[in-house]
Amino acid sequence: MLFLPAVLLLAAGLVWAVTELPAFGHYSGVYGLTLEHVALGQRRATDIVSPVTFDYRGVDTLGEEFILFAAAVGCAILLRSQRDEEVTEAASERAAARAEEVRRPVRALAAVLVAPAVVLGAYIVAHGHLTPGGGFQGGVILASATVLVYAGGQAVAFRRVSPEPALELADGVGAAGFALVAIGGLMFGLAALHNFLPLGTQSQLLSAGMLPLLNLSVGIEVAGAVTLIISEFVDQTLLRSRRR
Amino acid sequence: MTALQALALVLVAIGGGAVVFTRDPSRQAVVASLFGVLLAVLFFLFQAPDVALSQITVGTVALPLMILLALSKIRQGEDS
Repeated sequence: MLFLPAVLLLAAGLVWAVTELPAFGHYSGVYGLTLEHVALGQRRATDIVSPVTFDYRGVDTLGEEFILFAAAVGCAILLRSQRDEEVTEAASERAAARAEEVRRPVRALAAVLVAPAVVLGAYIVAHGHLTPGGGFQGGVILASATVLVYAGGQAVAFRRVSPEPALELADGVGAAGFALVAIGGLMFGLAALHNFLPLGTQSQLLSAGMLPLLNLSVGIEVAGAVTLIISEFVDQTLLRSRRR
Repeated sequence: MTALQALALVLVAIGGGAVVFTRDPSRQAVVASLFGVLLAVLFFLFQAPDVALSQITVGTVALPLMILLALSKIRQGEDS
C-alpha cells in the first residue's frame, strides 16, 4: 500500500536532484581543477589520483587503511574462536576430498590464471604513480591469485601458498609501513606524510618521492588482509561441511 | 555524452534491476558480479580508470566470493 507513493516520492526527488546537477562534462570543483594543474609539477606522478590519495589527502587514506586492518583482525578473532583442533584435522581431510570434486577444465583454468594474476598485481602496485591503479587495486589482484588456487580445488595448497602467520605478517607489516612513512614525514619533512624522498625523473619507475613506497606498503597490507579474511571464511566452510 | 557512455548507463540500469529481481541469494551473487563488470565499464568510459580497477577487483571478485562463502556457512548452520 505504501510502496507506490514511496516510489513516486523517491522518483520525483531523484528527477529534481538530477535537474539541479551541473551540465554534463562541465566540472567546476576548485580542488580538482587546481590539483590537475599543480600535481604533475609538484609530485612528478603521471597518475594524479595517486598523489591525491597518498599525499594531498594522505591522512584520510591512512585511516581507510586501518579500517581494512581492523576488519581483517576482527574477522580472524571472531571466526577463530569457533574452531577447535580436532575439527581442523577433519577439515583438511574434507579439503583433500573436495579437490577430486572440482572439474578438470576448472582446475586447468585456475592453474593457468594464477601466474598472470600475480604478475598483473605486482605490475599494478609498482606502477601506481604512473598509470591507473596502485596499492589497493594491485593488492586485491594479488589476493585473487590465492583465491584462484582455492577455486581450482586446492584447499590444501591454498593454505600452503598463504599460511596464516604470513598473512598476518603481511597485514601488519603493510599497515605499519604506511604509518612509518607517515611518521617519516614528521621526522624529515614538515608534517605527517610530507614527502622526504627525492622526486626523481617523471615517468620513471622510481620517481614521485614516497608514492611507490606507500603503494608497496598498501599493496602488501591489502593482499594480506583480503586473503586473511577469505581464508578465515574458507576455513569455516570446510569445518561446517565436515560436521554436517 | 557519447553513444557508448549512454549505452553503458542503460546497461547499468538494466543490470541493477536484474540484481534486485533475482530472488535466490546464491544466483544473486553471480548476477551482482556481472553487474560489477558493467559498473567497471561505466567508470572506465567516464574516464575514471582508477575506480574502474577497484570496481573490477572488489565488485566482481571479492564481494561475490564473500557473499557465497557467507551463504554456505549460513546454509550449513541451518542443516545441522
